[in-house]
Amino acid sequence: MMHKARVLGAAFALLAASAVPVAARAAPPLAPHFTPATAGSVAPDADGFIRRWLLLEPIAKPNRTNQLFTSTYVRAAFAADRPAGLGTGSGQALPRDGQTIAHKGASLTWHALDATPWDVKLFGFAQAYGKPTYGVIFWAVTVIDAPRDIPDAHLAAGSNSASVWWLNGAETAALFGDRRMVMDDVVSPAVGLKKGRNVLVGAVINGPGLSDFCVRFVDGKGQPIRDLAVRAQ
Amino acid sequence: MKRHVFAAALALVPAAVLAQSNPVAQLEGEPYIHDPSTIVESDGKFYTFGTFGGGLVSSDGWTWKSGPVRPGGGVAPDVIKLGDRYFVAWAVGGGGMNGGHKSDVRIMWTKSLDPASKDFAFHEVGTVASSDGVELHDAIDPAFLLAEGRLWLSYGTYFGTIRMIELDPRTAERLPENQPVDVAIDMEATALLYRDGWYYLLGTHGTCCDGPNSTYNIRVGRARSPLGPYLDNFGVPLLKGGGKLVWGSNGRGMGAGHFGLVDLGDGVEKFSFHYEADMDRAGRSVLAILPLTWKNGWPVGQENLRPGTYEIQSERGGALQLAVDEVRLPFKWTGFGPPKEPLVPVPDQTLDQNRATWPAGPIPVDMGDYMVRPHQHWTIEPVAGAGGWFGAPYVRIVIAGTSRALAATPAGDVVAVPAFTGAPEQLWRIDQLADGAFRIIPKSTPDPFRPLALSAVGASTPRLVRFDPASDAGKWTFRRP
Repeated sequence: MMHKARVLGAAFALLAASAVPVAARAAPPLAPHFTPATAGSVAPDADGFIRRWLLLEPIAKPNRTNQLFTSTYVRAAFAADRPAGLGTGSGQALPRDGQTIAHKGASLTWHALDATPWDVKLFGFAQAYGKPTYGVIFWAVTVIDAPRDIPDAHLAAGSNSASVWWLNGAETAALFGDRRMVMDDVVSPAVGLKKGRNVLVGAVINGPGLSDFCVRFVDGKGQPIRDLAVRAQ
Repeated sequence: MKRHVFAAALALVPAAVLAQSNPVAQLEGEPYIHDPSTIVESDGKFYTFGTFGGGLVSSDGWTWKSGPVRPGGGVAPDVIKLGDRYFVAWAVGGGGMNGGHKSDVRIMWTKSLDPASKDFAFHEVGTVASSDGVELHDAIDPAFLLAEGRLWLSYGTYFGTIRMIELDPRTAERLPENQPVDVAIDMEATALLYRDGWYYLLGTHGTCCDGPNSTYNIRVGRARSPLGPYLDNFGVPLLKGGGKLVWGSNGRGMGAGHFGLVDLGDGVEKFSFHYEADMDRAGRSVLAILPLTWKNGWPVGQENLRPGTYEIQSERGGALQLAVDEVRLPFKWTGFGPPKEPLVPVPDQTLDQNRATWPAGPIPVDMGDYMVRPHQHWTIEPVAGAGGWFGAPYVRIVIAGTSRALAATPAGDVVAVPAFTGAPEQLWRIDQLADGAFRIIPKSTPDPFRPLALSAVGASTPRLVRFDPASDAGKWTFRRP
């Protein structure tokens, strides 16, 4: 059917509609998709998925179709809409839970959250905070403490729609085109995790789609790496 | 209005020509539809219904036309026959974007799908599933499955989850206290199959509604329970985005979606679906029907046998050939062991060399050891205007380089007549069986659903007999020379 409707002219109308302040509507609750992140760290889940993230409220980026998410377009979009103060490298200063930034005239807040399911339902996040759900860019940050050097660690990511992931400041995985989310959609080469602090930054762009992502680290045999400590600060 | 203009333009192009040039989007008539429901037979005709009402009807599964009536509008229906009633499930609302995600799956029934029948009258069963417009779920795209005496309905789309509910197989009403179960994410246009103790959940991935840029493709997972967990062939749960590819873009057809099983009996299974864009029909969304085979417990879509020249090999052993005297290849025997002279290739036997012994009239056809000889090579091509049967065009089978055509005789034998005339006994349909082999049926067979098929009644004797799916006698493979 036209449900996916990622290319319809009608989509534009919706984009406009979803950009309308939703204060008049009752925002759906953050649950069952997220709970506020607790202090300290948590381990990845049983399948290795990382559930603790700092998420920035979405940046409006209207797109009529996801089919235009070429590598050139996506990289340019993320470069143009990178949040102020989001650095690179493992030593970078991180955003803080509740920190508000100004971006192209919009006031956007970072939220430290734990995803309740295995995937991070960005659509539900945006919906709960009364933000645009379609035609958006999401930024996500997390800190991964590794107990030892793990040279055989591969970043495995899936996203709806396109996304780029930077580990310790280096682009590690990129998913372009009109993506639907599937676990382990793109698996990076063995980028490794170093002992101690590693910073993972991701950006997801979507037009008319149900934004979400899933990220984990796997070894060379595709098995999840679970003995990690994940922090949002 | 646009559609009518296009249909008129298309009428200027012989449909059979389109069929020949496009072995993928091969159906004739007006096969324009989106989200075709499972094809069902009613009153001797075959029906499928699509989004926004209406549908297609055909008497042979090849030539389709508009005409069926489905009240209620809405999107993506499915149809199942239970007892003497046809139950139709469809969705009202939802679909995203302007429609939001608040939707109802409703069901109605009629005793005939033929609008001209006295039994054609729809009766409402009611709403069996809903989405509230807030939850990450959209109750559209229903699909029925009757298996092991129980009636199941899957529904949902990209917006969240695919869900399963159980219905009363007598009334199609939702069973009391039944709660929906999430079985997959990130797919739409689901369908359900049951086979050999496995439940199969099929759905469509990719982008729809973007003409030749649509990336729609049909995927599948399987489970021992209708409620899952459904896994793909890599063990990835469909609840985590998994799905084994069944069929996608092919040839001149772009974006395949909305699977429907077409079980023709005798071990012949096909699947109906739509291509988002038939490149030979201005990129319109069209109905398509192709063979469905099974490999290691997984459904595998296949294309029709491509036109070309083949060796036709019986599963009993022996290649179909003209029963003519052998013409030996000239050859100088020099013994075994290392050559004492320079190596010179031995040329293939030519058609002219081979047909030196052929009689002028009809030639009997038998089977023999395949020797890569011209009297064993058959050229197979669809015949313009000859029609087809459930997605497979009628073809001619002639000795390569000649017009000498395989033909059925009234006594059930097969011969090669000197020239192809297009007569029904010279037209053949080639059905791929679920196990991957093929059967060969003359158009002149009295009953297409209980057909006579070319069969190895002896080790070297082919004859037309009632096809038996339990026997290899009527099964053939096609190999390139």
